[in-house]
Amino acid sequence: MNRGLDRTLFAVVFALSVLGVIILYSAGQTDFHSDGDGKWIRQLIWLAIGVAAAAVSYRVSFRILEWAAPWAYAMGLALLVLTLAVGRGFGTGASSNSWLAIGNVRLGQPVELAKLATILMLARWFASRRDPPKTLRGMLPPVMIALIPAMLVLKQPDLGSAIVFAGILFPMLYWSGVAPSLLILLISPVISLLLAWNTALWSAWMVLLFVLLLIWRPFVFEAITVYLANSAMGVLYIVVWGKMAKHQQERLLSFLNPENYRKGPGYQAIQSKVAIGSGGWFGTGFTLGTQKRSGYIPEHWTDFVFAVVGEEFGFVGVVVVLGLLLALLFILIRIARRASDPYASLCVFGIVGLIFTHIYENIGMSVSLMPITGIPLPFFSFGGSFLVAMFLALGLAFRASGEARASSYLES
Amino acid sequence: MSTFASYEVARRAEGARWALGLAFLVLASAFFKAQVLEHDRFRVEAGSNRLRPIKLPSPRGDILDRNGLPIAENVPGYSIKLLATREDSLRAVLTRLLAFVPADSVNIEAVVQRWRAARYQPAQVFASGEDRVVAVLEEHRAALPGLVIQAEPRRTYPHGIAMSHLVGYIGEISEGELKSGEFGSADIGEMVGKQGLEVEYDSMLRGQLGTRYVEVTARGRTVRDQQNSGSVRPVPGSTMHTSIDLPLQLFIDSMWNADMPEKRGAMVAMTPKGEILAYYSHPGFDPNQFIGGISTEEYAVYHEDSDNPLLDRVINGRYPPASPFKLAIATMALRRGLVTMDTRMPAPCTGGYRFGNRVYKCWKRDGVGHGSLTLSEAIKTSCDVYFYQLGLLLGKDALLEDGQLLGLSDPSGIDLQQEKRGLFPRSAKDYVNSRGQSTWNNGEVLNLAIGQGRNSQTLINMVSFYAALAGDGIKRAPHVYAARPDARSYDLGLTAEQLHGLRHAMSEVVRSGTAGASGGAAFDVAGKTGSGQVSNQKDIGWFIGFAPADSAKIVIGIQVEEGLHGALVAKYVVRAIGRFLQGPGSSVIKSDYQPPVTEDTTPGVDSLLPDTVRVTAPLTATPPHPIQRPGGRP
Repeated sequence: MNRGLDRTLFAVVFALSVLGVIILYSAGQTDFHSDGDGKWIRQLIWLAIGVAAAAVSYRVSFRILEWAAPWAYAMGLALLVLTLAVGRGFGTGASSNSWLAIGNVRLGQPVELAKLATILMLARWFASRRDPPKTLRGMLPPVMIALIPAMLVLKQPDLGSAIVFAGILFPMLYWSGVAPSLLILLISPVISLLLAWNTALWSAWMVLLFVLLLIWRPFVFEAITVYLANSAMGVLYIVVWGKMAKHQQERLLSFLNPENYRKGPGYQAIQSKVAIGSGGWFGTGFTLGTQKRSGYIPEHWTDFVFAVVGEEFGFVGVVVVLGLLLALLFILIRIARRASDPYASLCVFGIVGLIFTHIYENIGMSVSLMPITGIPLPFFSFGGSFLVAMFLALGLAFRASGEARASSYLES
Repeated sequence: MSTFASYEVARRAEGARWALGLAFLVLASAFFKAQVLEHDRFRVEAGSNRLRPIKLPSPRGDILDRNGLPIAENVPGYSIKLLATREDSLRAVLTRLLAFVPADSVNIEAVVQRWRAARYQPAQVFASGEDRVVAVLEEHRAALPGLVIQAEPRRTYPHGIAMSHLVGYIGEISEGELKSGEFGSADIGEMVGKQGLEVEYDSMLRGQLGTRYVEVTARGRTVRDQQNSGSVRPVPGSTMHTSIDLPLQLFIDSMWNADMPEKRGAMVAMTPKGEILAYYSHPGFDPNQFIGGISTEEYAVYHEDSDNPLLDRVINGRYPPASPFKLAIATMALRRGLVTMDTRMPAPCTGGYRFGNRVYKCWKRDGVGHGSLTLSEAIKTSCDVYFYQLGLLLGKDALLEDGQLLGLSDPSGIDLQQEKRGLFPRSAKDYVNSRGQSTWNNGEVLNLAIGQGRNSQTLINMVSFYAALAGDGIKRAPHVYAARPDARSYDLGLTAEQLHGLRHAMSEVVRSGTAGASGGAAFDVAGKTGSGQVSNQKDIGWFIGFAPADSAKIVIGIQVEEGLHGALVAKYVVRAIGRFLQGPGSSVIKSDYQPPVTEDTTPGVDSLLPDTVRVTAPLTATPPHPIQRPGGRP
């Protein structure tokens, strides 16, 4: 059926896994007792479980997955609903009830499985069409498929994971062949909301949108809907802002200007950036990061683990890790391109979206490029559920790669 | 699905790669900006994050006497401090710390106050911890995050109470002192001079704080010392060589305590050029108790003591100068050429002098009086009648004018800022009361002429006047270390002959005059006794003398409140002079003295006619300055 494992993918995954454990080992080397102590050993165990999970998903045919997708999706939603009802907060995610647990035994974070199920479900929906959606209305079903779990996650509340669903949806829409202009129109209300804090920027956007609508000429009804939605966001912004609690406002403002909120919500962002900035070109050396050792890097074994990379290995180390991660994504894109059938291709590209969103949100927040949302960095952050879910996904990628090479006529 | 045609997918993959590449480029440039372009800034910030500067105390300069004997020095000690990030954690650690140290040594609220004032500095918990306490704390360091134990030299005054008023003491800089900037670069928590030489020469004695860095975790636990990151060694303060003769000072203290421990008073010794040799005020306080803040109870003992041990009677006690002031009157008359040492006054002394409708009495009220005297004899016998007439000869204007020329309304200018000035009237305006009416009457000239009336002087100002008589006729600012740059000198305007005449008269005082029983003739002491009148109090005894009379090496003045007459206190000056000139083996030190037979009190004013208004004490004498707290800083 296939010609063995994709060696380049294996090499990159192996390198990243080893690097991740090494960084986690360093994260445990502090001058005081921290929760990060000894996490690298437990991560090794999770890696073993992850490899086993990948071995299982590697053996599952995409046909079975395509068939099982609605069931998996339904189960994912059910678990999310269950989590909303009985979910608990643990560890670094103590403030959001994202865990399913029996007593104090944590079973896992269902959202990680729900992300995979959503990929499978979206892939099934797209693969079952002859053509990609050509109108905004036509995109409603896939949008709903991603939006429902996203809303359930948002209620936990876990903004970071909710954004991941968008990070899955949009790449998959693009991969299925939806025109980029439609994607821009779809996302335009969000852009409007983000720009609403500055009247001049927002006005410019509304003018630009009007011009774009004239050029792209969607259905009149849709054009009006899009424009009204954008206008509404500008107004809604004021209402929403007014209704926000002070600490929520501060959180947003602190992203725009963390220096003004050193003591409060800006603290984590600044400490992480200070650690990274103090690393310089080559860093302080393995395990020797002073900010980490003294506990100034918040959550340095999960959310802000990349600050350890930045502090101890410097800009050179950061570029190496970013290069490996980019290589992983390029390899996955190549697999998606060469996949022997659209369903597998869409699944793999959904995984690209998933991994990329996690990387960008996590690393971006460590240098204050993205707002602080506590989602894990693949291969580096300690955490069982996400690691297992990611290796399940990688198992699928390995399979897609193998199947593609088995039917090598697709080689180009 | 046609859109999954190979070329379509390849085109989209190309687009995806570009998008990803761009996104990662943005990410990498954010790291480039932080790690390469802004590296210096973040490195500094990372350092200030975890490195807490701790001020290293600088050893204060020693204060030594003229032969290098210590008056104030430093001994090894410890100070216990706490670093904390939050107030509640500070309180928690303090509570735990209480289990290991004597409970009364820690005032939690005071520590919290100190911490609030400088949150990134370790807050002082208590100073001069004993070795045993320090050992216990070291042992329990794990339970006491943020604990900083610092070797800190501790100030000590080996001669304690004997030197108290001169040397003063040090204490933690107050908020007000920090704001006013009077201590220059002194930082919060630093020890600065509060009294005496310690405050006067603070900038010289106090060195510069050093800085050391300790590494602390985000939770405020100290991890280790950073030896090599920009620590600055403290600069010790300069040693101060004073002009004090410590053996003489200690001799005066022991003499006072042996002979009249219950008497309040002061004694000061200097060279004719104004170098202070001894500086003593009794009762005193133990400056060691004041270091780093005296307890309220201990302070109350001093503050409520009616003898007011905190009052420096050398420079802040003002008393009617009485008979020693007659030398000032004589000086005024001589410098104006009105009299010579042999001039006699029109009226001989018959025990009183009639002026207006009153009779002003001489202290000698045996009905015979002193008879007709020369100025020299009048000084020897301290005849009041002579000086009444000398005062009248000078007249009001000359009296007030020359008072200024001799510096009798000014401070002596000693290098101790807290000195009070002499209160000789500057002009007749000093006699205008609050209702704008002049209270001057011509009898006041007579009062001023014998050192009474509206005049009071500090011991230091009187002694520096006598130092001028003993020396070259120039009244200089006395000094313990160095003359103040702004200090004035006052030329008495006397010829060498006139000076010699006055000294001869004063020799006679000691040889056979009012101080004839003091035994001072053995050292060729010249001087003048006096007993000042204060309303509702017993008299104040004065003696100011110098020896040898015509080539003085030392000038000493004593002033004793309540009880001892001038003739009685003269012997203490003689003893001190003996100690100074002959050393510890001086014969005069242990010998007994006959109780004096002569009295030298100033007279009251009796009405001549029944309807005459009685001039009561408040007009004739200015009471000594009321009891006061030094600066109000416990």
